[in-house]
Amino acid sequence: MNLSWMAWTWPTAGFFIFIALALITMTVWGIKAPQAPRVGILRIETTPGDRLFISLLGSAFICLAWLGMFGSPVYGALIVCCIYALGVFRWV
Amino acid sequence: MKTLNHKHGWAMVIPATIILSIVGVLPLLTVINYSFFDIFILDKRFWIGLEWYQELMQSPRFWASLGRSLLFSTLILTIQLPLGILIALAIPKRGIWVAICLMTMSVPLLIPWNVIPIIWLNYLRIDTGFLGQFFDFIGVDFDWKFNPIHTWLALILMDVWHWTSLVILLAYSSLSTIPTAYYQAAAIDRASRWQIFRYIELPKMSGILLMAILLRFMDSLMIYTEAFGINSGGPQNATLFLGIDLGEQIKAFDYGPSAARSVIYFIIILFIVWAFKTALDRQKSGGLK
Repeated sequence: MNLSWMAWTWPTAGFFIFIALALITMTVWGIKAPQAPRVGILRIETTPGDRLFISLLGSAFICLAWLGMFGSPVYGALIVCCIYALGVFRWV
Repeated sequence: MKTLNHKHGWAMVIPATIILSIVGVLPLLTVINYSFFDIFILDKRFWIGLEWYQELMQSPRFWASLGRSLLFSTLILTIQLPLGILIALAIPKRGIWVAICLMTMSVPLLIPWNVIPIIWLNYLRIDTGFLGQFFDFIGVDFDWKFNPIHTWLALILMDVWHWTSLVILLAYSSLSTIPTAYYQAAAIDRASRWQIFRYIELPKMSGILLMAILLRFMDSLMIYTEAFGINSGGPQNATLFLGIDLGEQIKAFDYGPSAARSVIYFIIILFIVWAFKTALDRQKSGGLK
């Protein structure tokens, strides 16, 4: 199968593999140790899957904001994203 | 009806999942891939990393378009939602007029989008159109071509005409599910018309109204065909919305930046949909009280 029209590169492939792995890990984790939804500081009910979604979507906005304010590279933004994601999983 | 609760029921959704991933996920992945390239034709593409995103985030034009699109969506929602509810309340509950009203209301929804700006530009002509003649009669020099406020007015009028019906149909459908016993109880309690609306009709409609807001918000935020048909984003970019910027870039074969734009629009829409879904869930569980 010729996939050259999709313009794959290692950085983008790595990005999607990371998201796929995160989804698979969360699914396995959810099966091994089911967690009840809880209400955090956003006062909304979240499951671990919801928290992953909030982390990823928020990270996208953090990276865009970083690009807008400081430009590339976005290594700094990635550190902020990790802190943000940890915060989401801990308190949201 | 017998409900199937089989252990391997999930296997039945595999074909749908495969088709969805081909028509939905693959194009999305491709667009994200393209957004990191400078592409004119696929064979000649250059990896440039996050440059398009940086350019967009730092371009005043992008933020201005985003602001205009948000303003447009807010304006048409503040008009269409109350207007739609009011008209839905005025439609009779039974009898021959129900069908006539609903049929008439649906007509604007059935007209192809690219025809609508042409219809409205004809309405606004000063020599033949009824709106143009009306503005001439009341002494307003209505200049949709060069006066930004008038272009906005024309766009809002057009969108209200085109899409209020959607709100009406949704609101009416949920109004018609309210049992008459509720109204009888309200009449016994001598509830005023406002109280009936506030405590019976509005709570019953709220779920569907949130859907209506979501649909209208997403559609109007990405408005392209109608706005382009009226004034191509003019005068002097006063009606340059997100959709028009994107459309122009695609027409110019600027696939890299338009892909980056699409990804940014996608995550904005994703956030809005998530916010609405969360609000809807909270409301269902009674969290908003």
